[in-house]
Amino acid sequence: MATQTIEKLRYERPVITSLNAGVTNKFGTKSLHAPLSHIDGVSVKEIIQKYGSPVFILSERKIRQTYREAYRAFTSRYPKVQFAWSYKTNYINAVCNVFHQEGCWAEVVSIFEYKKAIGNGVQGKNIIFNGPEKTDEDLLLAIQNDSLIHIDHLDELYQIIELTTKIKKRPRVAIRVNMDTGVYPMWDRFGFNYETGQAWDAINKIILTDKMDLVGLHCHIGTFMLSANAYAVAAIKLADLALGIKEKHKQNIEYIDLGGGFASKNTLKGSFLPGSDTIPTFDDYADAICSTLLNAGFTKENLPMLILESGRALIDEAGFLAGSVIANKRLSDGRRAIVMDMGVNLLFTSFWYDHRISPVEESGNHTENAVIYGPLCMNIDIVRESVTLPPLKKGDHAVIHTVGAYNMTQWMQFIAMRPNVVLIDTEGKTHVIRNRETVDDLNKMEVMPEHLKKFKL
Amino acid sequence: MKQQLTVAVSGLNNTDNPGPGIPVIRALRDWKGNDIRIIGISYDNLEPGLFMRDLVDKSYSVPFPSGGTENLMLRLQYIHEIEKIDFIFPNFDAELFTFMKIAPELEKMGIKTFLPTADQFEERHKYRLSEFGEKYGLSVPLSITIGSISEVPAALNNFEYPVVVKGKFYDAYIAYNLEQVYSYFHKIQAKWGLPIILQQFVYGNEYNVVALGDGKGNTIGAVPMRKQYITDKGKAWAGITIDEPRLIEMTHKLIAANKWRGGMELELIKDKNGTLYIVEINPRFPAWVYLAVASGQNMPAAAIQLAFGEKVAAFENYDIGKLFVRYSWDNIVTLSEFQQISTLGEL
Amino acid sequence: MQLRIKGNIAVSESGFVFDPSTGDSYSINPIGVEIIQLMKQTLSEKAIVDAIVERYQTEPQTVEKDLYDFCNLLVKHQLADRI
Repeated sequence: MATQTIEKLRYERPVITSLNAGVTNKFGTKSLHAPLSHIDGVSVKEIIQKYGSPVFILSERKIRQTYREAYRAFTSRYPKVQFAWSYKTNYINAVCNVFHQEGCWAEVVSIFEYKKAIGNGVQGKNIIFNGPEKTDEDLLLAIQNDSLIHIDHLDELYQIIELTTKIKKRPRVAIRVNMDTGVYPMWDRFGFNYETGQAWDAINKIILTDKMDLVGLHCHIGTFMLSANAYAVAAIKLADLALGIKEKHKQNIEYIDLGGGFASKNTLKGSFLPGSDTIPTFDDYADAICSTLLNAGFTKENLPMLILESGRALIDEAGFLAGSVIANKRLSDGRRAIVMDMGVNLLFTSFWYDHRISPVEESGNHTENAVIYGPLCMNIDIVRESVTLPPLKKGDHAVIHTVGAYNMTQWMQFIAMRPNVVLIDTEGKTHVIRNRETVDDLNKMEVMPEHLKKFKL
Repeated sequence: MKQQLTVAVSGLNNTDNPGPGIPVIRALRDWKGNDIRIIGISYDNLEPGLFMRDLVDKSYSVPFPSGGTENLMLRLQYIHEIEKIDFIFPNFDAELFTFMKIAPELEKMGIKTFLPTADQFEERHKYRLSEFGEKYGLSVPLSITIGSISEVPAALNNFEYPVVVKGKFYDAYIAYNLEQVYSYFHKIQAKWGLPIILQQFVYGNEYNVVALGDGKGNTIGAVPMRKQYITDKGKAWAGITIDEPRLIEMTHKLIAANKWRGGMELELIKDKNGTLYIVEINPRFPAWVYLAVASGQNMPAAAIQLAFGEKVAAFENYDIGKLFVRYSWDNIVTLSEFQQISTLGEL
Repeated sequence: MQLRIKGNIAVSESGFVFDPSTGDSYSINPIGVEIIQLMKQTLSEKAIVDAIVERYQTEPQTVEKDLYDFCNLLVKHQLADRI
């Protein structure tokens, strides 16, 4: 027989699936499992070979493209628009600087982030300082630098009034306002409430004590907002306050800051349709916000600047986490389990999203339902409860999509260390923008008392 | 419009909680006989319509909308290459959003649809019914949307028992006292989340209207029906067309106000004073649409004609006192048919 | 593990399996169909692995692991008995 001369066929693991009623049929779902071999033209396999597994990959091209899309959506509808990069979403300096190069200010929620922004070269006047915790020292620095201080509560307002006796500068402040925009849950723990009149009381206090300049009004109505209309409601209420200030105190409000909260193309757990199909576009959000502000009753000269602090929607899709299969398992109930080297220690967002996962290598048509575990010896380390994937074997690679927001700030150094973060620049060159942690890095911070230095086993 | 049409239809689940697919297909067959090729679109290998081969010429499995529009589009492109579809009739509530979204792309491929706009679809959600009634001057039962259990007592001051406790999209319970309101609140919250809607229960007879709007404010067809027999799932098992001009008027008023495009079903209740309340608006033809066809208003056919830009005169009349009585039928299916749809995705 | 596919189990070329004793249906990918055909010839585990390695781009260790998993599933679905 001449079988030796025949080229061997591509191998695939044998798979058997039960054909029950109600089982999602597999026809037409090919693209769901289509391999993602390259990101911006760069081979994922080569990135893993060069930088290790797992590895976070960020696309500079995608960041810039997404930002420009958002910027266009707003500037084509409203004359004065300013974005401020939300540091907490991803404060790796290289990422921040991509946004600063695009023209974004910095929006920070702690003195640590504030110092990062200054370190990146952002001028104090272009930093918005949010958040409920600001010490005297933090506030004095911000006042000195002419930064925009967004006051969260009455104690902070009195704290700033007190500080003005120590410094010969008028702080530039805004108040954060919370309100009912028809969405649940209502975020009423931050800022001053609109409906109960707290916001007006704070405004009156600031203007009548005359120790600082009230330059803006700020709100942040929630996170992952699936309703563009809620922003229209928020814009109406802030505009109402701004117009009221003009009428009562004859003062112009320089800017209205509608915060962030725009959804990214991730799919929230429990939702029927994928996020990419249901989330509002930048145009939807911009339309709701800009048309409201333009029709609110401001004169052309007094139209406030519109500030946006969107984080998630600008960076999420530019981030990928690539890793490898450690093992395949069959659970006692017959379900397939795939253990990967990337778990919830790196992927905090997997607690609330069903992240999309793609194989890197080419595969056949047959798929199997599987649970995806991370590498931790902890029961909670589940990346996906149930996902349909082609058969993956030990050593195969996979990419988790849409992980650019919050993971590189909320990741844990637990059991494993944090991996390299690689940026693919717009020319397709790769750069490490955050080195993987080493045992030395971690030990460097620890101190061993003399009496514990020696032991015998 | 050409003589020979190829129409894809979903909702082939002709079960005890039937989808409108098969009734729509019957309407189209009545209209064009064998000059129409019916392509079944199925999500499950046991949808009964798959095996009703005298009504459905060829069927294809498609991925659930939860798989994303990208996958659905790829599958539809594949089907379109083979079948050259002229029109698609999506019939499942759960797929309407997706089809409304891809309608412009389908149009580019040469496939027409006749669906409500995204705004029309959104504003008729039951948690927005009060707003809807106010906007269009239609009477709806008083309803209050609440976001926290602490708002319940204050909200209840506006109601008389019994009160209907409803989830944002699904589930509704009738509560006769405060304890029941709390208990249903927790039950629905655990399953569907917030907000919860409290709605005044209205005593009275329930009526349904199947209607077709042309998207310009004109009502092309409207046939009212009174359920005669209801299954334990609340579905009509038998119903009769009735002569109640106010139901038609209300339908005209609604469609004139929001320029509804496509098929719809209104659920209304007439209280003891004779006031009509809209309790639900379904954004598609109901499973009993064939009763309207048999009464003289072939609305599914008219929907296709409208999609092709033809001038369609509004139906003026329908037979009053015409009944439908649903029945079940054990269709005998070969294993090879089941094998074909489940392994090849085509039948 | 050595398996015997139950006598009344038929596998079609498209990978459709119907179990007449339980009424359950299954779908099997092409390589799975091939393995079942080999099992029906009562080949030993090693012989099956060798046959697959000869035809496909893979190595014995991978096939051995996958065959172990596949056999367990066939037993779990009551399509085969251990011998």
